[in-house]
Formats: sequence, C-alpha cells, structure tokens
Amino acid sequence: MVSSILRFRKLCYLEPAVRRSSSCSGGSAQKSSTETTKDDHDHDRHHNNFVVIEEKQRKRKSQQQQQRRQGSSWRCVDSCCWAIGCICTAWWVLLLVSQCLPATMPATESPGERLRREEGLVALHPVVLVPGIVTGGLELWEGKPCSYGLFRKRLWGGSFTKIFKRPLCWLEHLSLHNETGLDPPGIRVRAVPGLVAADYFAPGYFVWAVLIENLAKIGYEGKNMYMAAYDWRLSFQNTEIRDQALSRLKSKIELMYVTNGHKKVVVVPHSMGVIYFLHFMKWVESPPPMGGGGGPDWCAKHIKAVMNIGPAFLGVPKAVSSIFSAEGKDVSFLRAVAPGVLDSKLLGLQTLEHIMRVSRTWDSLISLLPKGGDTIWGNLDWSPEAVNSCDLDRKGNAQLSVGDRNLNHSDGTRGFQVKEPVKYGRMISFGKAASQISSSRLPSPDLKELLQLRSSASLNLSCGEVLTEYDEISRESIRRISMNKAYTAQNSFDLLRFVAPKLMQRAEAHFSHGIAENLDDPKYGHYKYWSNPLETKLPHAPEIEIYCLYGVGIPTERSYVYKQSPSDNCKSIPFRIDSSADGEPDSCLKSGVYFVDGDESVPVLSAGFMCAKGWRGRTRFNPSGIATYVREYRHKGPASLLEGRGIESGAHVDIMGNYALIEDVMRVAAGATGLDIGGDRIHSDIIRMSERINLQLAVGQAAEECKKCS
Amino acid sequence: MASIRRRKAADSSTKEEEEKEIEEKEEDKDDKNKKNKKKKEEPSTGKDKKAKEKWSCVDSCCWLIGCICTIWWFLLFLFKAMPASFPQYVTEAITGPLPDPPGIKLRKEGLRAVHPVVFVPGIVTGGLELWEGHQCADGLFRKRLWGGTFGEVYKRPLCWVEHMSLDNETGLDPPGVRVRSVSGLVAADYFAPGYFVWAVLIANLARVGYEEKNMYMAAYDWRLSFQNTEVRDQTLSRIKSNIELMVTTNGGKKAVIIPHSMGVLYFLHFLKWVEAPAPMGGGGGSDWCSKHIKAVVNIGGPFLGVPKAVAGLFSAEAKDIAVARAIAPGFLDNDIFRLQTLQHVMKMTRTWDSTMSMIPKGGDTIWGGLDWSPEEGYSPGRKKQRNNDTQFSQSKNANYGRIISFGKDIAEAPSSEIEMIDFRGAFKGQNVANTTCRDLWTEYHDMGIGGIRAVADHKVYTAGSIMDLLYFVAPKMMTRGSAHFSYGIADNLDDPKYSHYKYWSNPLETKLPNAPDMEIFSLYGVGIPTERAYIYELSPSAECLIPFQINTSANGEDEDSCLKDGVYSIDGDETVPVLSSGYMCARGWRGKTRFNPSGIKTYVREYDHSPPSNLLEGRGTQSGAHVDIMGNFALIEDVLRIAAGAKGEDLGGDQLISYYNLAYYLSAECRLGPKRSVDLARKGNHIVFGRVF
Repeated sequence: MVSSILRFRKLCYLEPAVRRSSSCSGGSAQKSSTETTKDDHDHDRHHNNFVVIEEKQRKRKSQQQQQRRQGSSWRCVDSCCWAIGCICTAWWVLLLVSQCLPATMPATESPGERLRREEGLVALHPVVLVPGIVTGGLELWEGKPCSYGLFRKRLWGGSFTKIFKRPLCWLEHLSLHNETGLDPPGIRVRAVPGLVAADYFAPGYFVWAVLIENLAKIGYEGKNMYMAAYDWRLSFQNTEIRDQALSRLKSKIELMYVTNGHKKVVVVPHSMGVIYFLHFMKWVESPPPMGGGGGPDWCAKHIKAVMNIGPAFLGVPKAVSSIFSAEGKDVSFLRAVAPGVLDSKLLGLQTLEHIMRVSRTWDSLISLLPKGGDTIWGNLDWSPEAVNSCDLDRKGNAQLSVGDRNLNHSDGTRGFQVKEPVKYGRMISFGKAASQISSSRLPSPDLKELLQLRSSASLNLSCGEVLTEYDEISRESIRRISMNKAYTAQNSFDLLRFVAPKLMQRAEAHFSHGIAENLDDPKYGHYKYWSNPLETKLPHAPEIEIYCLYGVGIPTERSYVYKQSPSDNCKSIPFRIDSSADGEPDSCLKSGVYFVDGDESVPVLSAGFMCAKGWRGRTRFNPSGIATYVREYRHKGPASLLEGRGIESGAHVDIMGNYALIEDVMRVAAGATGLDIGGDRIHSDIIRMSERINLQLAVGQAAEECKKCS
Repeated sequence: MASIRRRKAADSSTKEEEEKEIEEKEEDKDDKNKKNKKKKEEPSTGKDKKAKEKWSCVDSCCWLIGCICTIWWFLLFLFKAMPASFPQYVTEAITGPLPDPPGIKLRKEGLRAVHPVVFVPGIVTGGLELWEGHQCADGLFRKRLWGGTFGEVYKRPLCWVEHMSLDNETGLDPPGVRVRSVSGLVAADYFAPGYFVWAVLIANLARVGYEEKNMYMAAYDWRLSFQNTEVRDQTLSRIKSNIELMVTTNGGKKAVIIPHSMGVLYFLHFLKWVEAPAPMGGGGGSDWCSKHIKAVVNIGGPFLGVPKAVAGLFSAEAKDIAVARAIAPGFLDNDIFRLQTLQHVMKMTRTWDSTMSMIPKGGDTIWGGLDWSPEEGYSPGRKKQRNNDTQFSQSKNANYGRIISFGKDIAEAPSSEIEMIDFRGAFKGQNVANTTCRDLWTEYHDMGIGGIRAVADHKVYTAGSIMDLLYFVAPKMMTRGSAHFSYGIADNLDDPKYSHYKYWSNPLETKLPNAPDMEIFSLYGVGIPTERAYIYELSPSAECLIPFQINTSANGEDEDSCLKDGVYSIDGDETVPVLSSGYMCARGWRGKTRFNPSGIKTYVREYDHSPPSNLLEGRGTQSGAHVDIMGNFALIEDVLRIAAGAKGEDLGGDQLISYYNLAYYLSAECRLGPKRSVDLARKGNHIVFGRVF
C-alpha cells in the first residue's frame, strides 16, 4: 500500500510536466517531446548520439523552460491536490465497501441473544441504571456570551470539540460556584436525560451501550429501563435541591413498578453511582423535607436487587491524589484529553492548574475519598493488603487463577520474609524512603500546627491572578507539609483540609468519611452520612439482594510517593507524584505509585469489603440481614484488535462490556436470585483482607466495645 | 546518477548553453532519472505510454477531487473558525437589527419560569427508534428510523417500510419488530437537522429559566391509536406520573400543557383517560385535571379533523401528512423502476391507526352537506351584490361540503342534478390485477373493477358519506380504527356508552373535565390556503396503481379561484382549516355548553401568516404555517406569558383575524392578498361559523 502510494507520487511528479508539454504545444511539440523522451532513454544508455539530437534537445529545453516557468510553482500544489484526491477517493471507496459489507461481524454471539435463544429469558423486572462520575453527559442550558450557540449542546461527553475551540470558556462553564457548590450565576449546566446520557461517553467509547443492547435483546425498552442521570459534579443532596434528581428517580421507580405489573426493580449502579444509590436508599425512606418521605418500607416494596458494578463503597485512593495535585489517572479523564501539554508553561497553558481549579469546585469528588480511616485503609505500619504479593503485572499473566495464587501464597510470603511488606497504609509519603522506613523513624504529624501557621501565612502577592488555592499557601508551609513525610488515610484528610480549605469545608457538609460507633445516634439521620456505608444502616428490606460485581487482576493505585515540584513558579502546583520512584522490577512501586489488586480505579478492598464482610450476614450495618454476593471477574485483555475493548475485561469502565457480567445482570433482571447465578465468585484476596480489618460488626454491640477497636 | 549528472554538465558546458541552464538541466535530469526508475518498473515502452495516457485521466480526476476537497476543507475550516455570532451579524447588517427573541425580551420584563410545561408533539414530528428488528435492520439498534436524516430510507427502503409498518390486524407491533418513540426533548425538537419543530420554543422557554426539570416532552408513538400507546407503552401513565412529579417538585404549580397538531387530540384523550376509573382509564379521580392543569395551549389543533386525512387515506395523496411524498417527489408514479412509492406509502400508512383520528368529525353538521358549508354560510357584502346579478354566481361558490367529487362539473353542479348511485351494495369483483403486483398489497386489489366503478359512480361524497366510502375501500383499516375512534356528534352526552375510550378524542362526543379554573387556548395560523375538498378521477391505468387520484387538471376559471390542481382550498394554516382548529374554542366550548359543563374559559388566538421577508430569516418569525408557527414570535410570547402565570384575559382575550379574512377571502375568490389584522375580541365576539348551533 505504502509503496504504491509512493509510486503514485512519483508518477504525479512526472505526469503534469509531460501532459502539459503534450497538450500545450500541439502536434509537433508532442512529437518532439515523445521523441526526446525516447531519446533520453537512448542517451542514458549509450552516452553517444548526444550531438545528433542536441538541436532537438535545445528546442525542447526552451519549451520546457517556458513551461516550467508556468508550471514549477504549480507542481507542488498540484501533487498535493493529487495526493489528497487519491487519499480521499481511497477513503471513500473503503467507506463504501464498509457500508456495503454486512453489518454483522463474525463475532461471538452476544449474551442477550444466547440467553434468549437457549434459556428463553425475557424481560421481567424493570431495570434502573445509575451512572458514575464523569461518564454522564452534561449539556448547557444557559451560559455566558462566549458560549453562544451551544444551547443544549453537550459540554461534557460526546466529541469534546468545545474544549479545543474555547478552552477557557469551557472550563468556566463546567465549574461550579466555589462557595455553594451549585451553579455560578448566569450559568446552567444540566445532566443530559435519558439513556443517551451515558450510553456512550465519547463516540465509540461505550459505557452502558453494550449492557443496554443486550437487555434490549431480551425485551427491554424505554418503558422498563431507565437511566437515572444526575449531575455528577454536585454533592448528592444538592442534586435533589437543585434538580430534584432523587425525587425523579423515586417517581420513575414507582411508575415502572406499577406499569410493569408490580414487579420490583433491579438497580444497576456503576462506580460513584453505587454510593449515589446508597444515598438514595436512605433519602427515600427519610421523612421530608430532608428525605423523600417514602416510608420505612419503600425499598422493600420497590427494589428487588442492587447490582453494584465496580463499586467505590469505601472510596478510592486516587481521589486523594487528584484533589491533592490533580494527578489522578483516569478519574480525571481530562489528563488524557490533553496529555502532552500538561506541563508546558511556555504556552501559559497551565492545564493542570486549571483542571485543579475546576475539579475542586466539584463536591462529588469528595464522596470518593477513602472512608473508614486507618481502620480500613491501614496506618503507618499496617494495611489490610500488606502481605499481598505484587504479582499483578510482574508475571504479565493475568490468567493466573485464584487457586494458583492462593497455593503460591506461601512462596509469596517467603519472598516477603526478606523485605518488609509494602506499607500501603501510608497513602501519601514524601520521598521513596519515607514510604519504606519503619514508623519509629518518621516525624510525627503536626498538622494542627500547620493549620495555625496558615492563618498567619503571608500571601505571595506577586502571582497576580490566583488560580488554585495553593497560591495562598506560603512556601514555608509547603515545606512543612513535605517534612511530615507520611500521611495515612486519616491524616491525609487533615492534609487536604490544609491545602484545599474551601473545598473541604463545603464538601464536608455533604459527606462524612468516618466509622459510626453507634448507628442509632440521631445525628446519623443527617444526609451527609447517607452515602457512607460505614455510617448508615441498610434499609429494612430482607428480600433485597446486594451484589458487588467488579473486576480484579489489574494494578490499581493505592498509595503515592510525592515530591515537591522543582519549579518555583508561584502558579504551579507545589507537589507532584515522584515518578522517578521505582521499586525493584517486581515491586508494587512504579513511577511513584504503589499498586494493589483492583479494577484499575477501585482497589478490591473498597469494592468488595462491604459485600464480603461489612454487610455479610446480619451485622450492625445490615440489621435486616440483606443477602450479599461478591462476584469478581478476572481481567483478560482483548485477544485481538477486532475485539475492541474486550469481552472479558475487568477494567473499571470496560467491565460494562464483560459478557459474564452482562449475563449475570440479565439473569437477575429476568428474575434469578443470587443463589441461582452461583452465589459468590471470588478470585482475589478479599476474604483474607476483610478478616484482617478489625471492625466491629456484631448487631447491638455497645458503643464502648467499639471504642476499643477504633 | 551522480556520474550522469557530471557528464551531462560537462557536455553542456562545451556547448553554447550557459550556466544558467545547468540548473534547469539538473532538474531535467532528475526528471529523467525518475523516468528511468519508472521505466525499470514498467519495462515495455509501449505499455508505458498507454499507462501514461490512462494515468493522466485518473490523475486529473484525483487532482480535481483533491482540489475540491482542499477547498472544501478550507471553507469548512473558515466556517468553523468563524465566530458563532457572525451569521446574526450579517443578517443584522442586511435587514437591520432583529427584534429580540421573545425569551430575551420577556426576561428583560422580568418574566420567570413558574408553571411546569408539558409538550405534546403531533403526528409525524416525533422521532421513532428501533429496539428490535429483522435481519435487514442490523446495526440500527436505537438509531432513528423516523426523524433525523432519514438515511435509512435511501439505503434500505423496503426494510424501512417493513419496520415502520404496524400489524394489519392489531395495529400494534408486527412480530419481531419493536419501534419505539424517542424519549425526552430530543424526540421532537428538530424533525430533521435544521428543521425545527419545538426547538425554538424550547430555547425561548429556557431563556426565562426553564430546563429539563420543569419542561417535559410527552413523546408517544404517533403511529398507534391513542389508547394503544397506553396498552403497549404505558405512555399515558407516564405522562400522568410526570405531570404529577413536576407539579410536586415545582412547588405545587399546575402544569401548562402545549399540544401541537394531533397532540391536541391526544391530550383530549388523556384528559378523559386520566379521570376515568382503571383499568380503562388512569384512575386519577374526577378532580385530577383541576388539580394538575393550569391551561391547555393548543397549537394548530385539528379538533374536528382535517380533510387532508381523507385524501391521505383514500389515495395516499395528502400533501404533508405523508412526508414520505416529499422525501421522494420525483419517482412517485414511476412504474418503470417498479418503485410504486405511493402504494408502499399507502400500505404503510394504512397500518397506522392514528391517521384515522384526523378524519373529519361531526359529519355534515360541521363540514357541510351537498349544498352548503359553514364557510359559505354567511355571505360577505360583495356576494350579495353578485346574487342580484345572476343566478350563476351562486354556483360559482365552491361547494366545500362536497369533500370528494368525481369530476369538476360534479363539484359545481347543483345537487339536484347529481345522480348518485349507491355503491354500498356494489359487487366487489375478483382481483383483476395480475399477479405482478401481488407482492404489493393494498386493499384496492380486493375491490375489483366493479367496486371501483361503483365508487366513482356515486360522484359526490360529503363528510358524512365519506365514512361509508372509507369503509368500502379500506374495510380492514376502518374496522380496526373504529374500535379506537368515533366521528359523530353525541345526542346525549350522559349516555353511558360515551365512557368508552373510542369517544375520548372526539370533542363532540365528550365533556370537558370538571375544572372551572382551567383555561383552554386555541392558537393557530391563518392566511394560507388549506386543502378542504378534492376533485378526483379514475386513474388511467388500472393495473397495480391506486385506482383513484386527484384530478390535477381541474382548475378554477381564473387564477383567483379556490380550485387549484383539483383541490379546493380555504383559509387555514396549510394543514388545518380554520373551522377545525377554531370552532371548539370559538363556539363549541365557549361559555357553559353541554360539551363544557363546568364553563372552562376558552380563548382563540389567531396569527396572521406572513412569509419570511428574505432567505436569511429561515422559516420566518411570523409564519402561520402548521409547523412553522412554532417559531412565530407572537405565539411564543403568548405561550411564555401563560407559562409564567398570565391568564387568558391578561393576553388580551381572543385575537381573531379569520372572520374578517374569510369574508374578504370569499369575496376575492380566494386571492390571498395582503390583509389587515383585526382584533374582533372587543367588538363583541361574534363569530358566525355557519348554522351549526
């Protein structure tokens, strides 16, 4: 192909000249030119005869000279045009061929078709899809003059062309108000409603589309499938205050319940949608005005099952880094949108700073911070995963079955006998050394002191326009922060409160990240606790089933090694991940990030703990004994390019195209129970990890006993 | 290569050629070298030459395409780089400053969103998407079959027709096909790219603060009969639930409903449905409407049906109900390519029950008999003068009551001279059409020559006898449809039979709900000739064609005549005659009547059509056409005010133009010249639409 194009180009360089000579100078000239062409060849071959044809040649030369005067400027343009024409034509031909080809690829039969054919599955329970953060589309309803013509166009999702055309305008419209966490004045950006909200995130990048298509195969359609789209930038309670999103969801579920012959709904939340729906379940049963006033049996009456996909129940460590330094890897998809220019100060782009400023107005990010503090995520010396072997990408062998890994576990521990276990508990450490040395040699955290320091810190006024809150922090306190060396899940909150006071102040009115000692305390009636599974009880609905479906087998960010930014530029973010910190080839540390098993975004611990332990049986978080099931899907990359993002993927978003998962969801939607689809299916170490977490679970335990454990 | 160059350079230096030529030569040589290379690739000189010739053609083609592409891209780039406000700037430079869109204007006045708004789209304008299909529709899952670009019509027309059709017996999905309406505002904001339906209204509402949470598009599958949308999709239940939700979440403010076109009838159906007890109804209780609805703002409502629907069903020749005609205008009768578009369209549309909701209602009482019609019933001054002159001029008046006549002479003859032969008992002959058109079935093939003749021999059909005609020519469709729609006038509205849903969409056979606080508006355009009656003829070739067609050669004597191309037209909005859109609000429901026992206030607001003054205005901001009126600034302003809390009186009550126009119109023999708009509301509100009541 390439060679033929090259030949074309060569031809094109020749042809115009020849053609022109033949067409412009009439018959005789044509003759002469053809003769000369022939002569040329002779000439090259025999080296004599030159004198004989000299005269002719001279004639020709003068002709060509003239022609070239007209032509030489043309040639380049011509050949460009020609090449473009060729490419276009080829493209069209290919396009035509691809259009004419039968649309069916010889792919494997989709689970929807198979289940319908083999088992006669048909739609039974209505399905509610709850999208996560980032994947939902947002559209403009009212904007500043710079957004002229974008009315009801997507600002988020779709092709993202607006970013390139008017980046600053775009950022301005996606930001929320810094104080209220709601719309800034004069701007209304709203969630796209309907299935289109999150079927595709960008053209060709499916989120829910595959699941929807498969559900449609067994008879689902608009009337029994609903996408509970909400503005994912807002805190959960604010979606109700501003858009009445929770009320709509309630009304839709009630409607579907009634119009589908009083069949309870199956809810399928994904990622952050999981905790959004947790919030909803508490909201709907709480009395108005704070709640939806559905009464204490609303969930029992309307919900059959909650099938959480890639649940971020206990938060994700990634959220810490993205708030701290805007460096999360794919929660902030932004980074992928503009990968190269991130640090280019030359252009004055300061992309990261802008991103940080915008994303810090989004309250919902706070909902993803790790919950449960050191009890869950580990302290300076201990973490529930600590003994876990880091074989995830070292072996490059994702098919390795659980059994194998559990059998090999002794080997793993033998390996670790030599070195210390990885200290995942240190969520943020400054310097690689600080992430590994024993805790006795670490300086004790003195953030309280820092907070005082802040008030007296003199502002560095030379910066002019303030981009991020870092600009208000003096260099001195930045130095002090990094002197602290290591932060656990618990005191990274202090850290965040220090570096992002406004965000944390605003958002902590909406979210809480602790562990309840006494769930009957009336303070837990407040909505800020509703999205934290460790501070709420599940509704009283023993017939509901809760599933945790998530991928395993992909290295997932768990803790970070930071350093101070080298540049003294006051506008830059003063910290960044120390990407030079690498462990030994088989270590969990890579480019400044410690990895652990998970689905690329959510560590197994966060996704599985509640279903595997926290809610298993009858615990204080689950007083009515709702059945829980853990279903893990081992990640297997796509076998070939044709498969796209794979049908056995375990990655956070790609898992929505995992056939095994889709099959499970469909079976449950068609009426199966958790036991029918095979109960638990565990590949990871989640059970062991959960055992290591010392969390009081027994029902009716006195508060004092809990004090002991925390 | 280097050696060649050196040697040649030396040679030339021995000759008289000077240094300046050397440069050229080197270029030359480069050329030659390339030629050499080419030669190596294609050793035969003869072939080489041939190839050259061939190449040059392909080359120049490529070159041309390249040029075009480049220019196109360049223009595209310029276009993209152009600031978005540029077109507006140009327009303003040419036409002077545009008036503010009503949304901006009213916002400056301080208007804010108050009442939640519900849109009810009409027939045809709502998008439909595929949820399950046959093999041929692979890859179209959740793609629009109706609305949008209509790309599939061209690519796989038969497949498309197959999927758009409903089951002939049930009027529901055919087996294995599920086509559903698109939901949300996107369902009908644009019909095709750039062809707005609701988009302008939505944009203006958004300017005063509306958004998804207080604006709802009650999209439904417009092919189904109204009750079937509930049976299959639970659409009515959804609308009920959504209105309730919006009223609750917007602080108890009642909803303003804005139906358009057939949506008007659909919502009339809804009003009865929601209060009727379950299972047939929604079980909302008898005060549901008064609790949840502030006003119903009907836009271009065909309350009493449209004559166009008759032509559409009879011979698939309606002008824009079947947009399909517009999509393939040239080929319509093209037998050579065996396209038979019209027959396909007819076959498809006859499976759509909803088209039957638009058949003229009220029979001869409303639409006129053989000799009279409401439109000519009152005589403008000039006609009287003419009456003095001759008897002849009376017959010159169009007999609008004769909705279908066979032949122009029949349409104009006095009724006593028409000899009508009853067709009802006529023998339907065996299928005479030969087998070549078997695959394309329309019910006409069952009629046979005898039946067709009988239909033509009856000569004239009024609104009343048209029902018989349709029963005769399309028995299956009509039996299906008559279970869902009724077209009569109720004698006694308390008769328990009127609780059946088939009467709910006929305003002449239902009572309005008991909701005295509710207001009903009828907003429509006037000043455009609208189809009212047709002159038919037998198709010349029998075979597979539809045996009847509009006699397009029938024209009036002068160009001012109402008769043009076989169609008598009258004042209206291009689709709905004034009579149908205005009568109920102007008379039938005005005050406390038996159709409106609780005395719901009604208002008629007419908008005079004035076409866009130049191309830049697009479809105009003062249009009165059936769909384009949705972009009429005056109408939008009225809607916005109502949504922001205004009552009918605040808007200025009735705004009537057609009464005056109609008079003018008849006297001037249908010339639609410039008109003065007259607000008759303050002149005592006397509307004379014939001798109905």
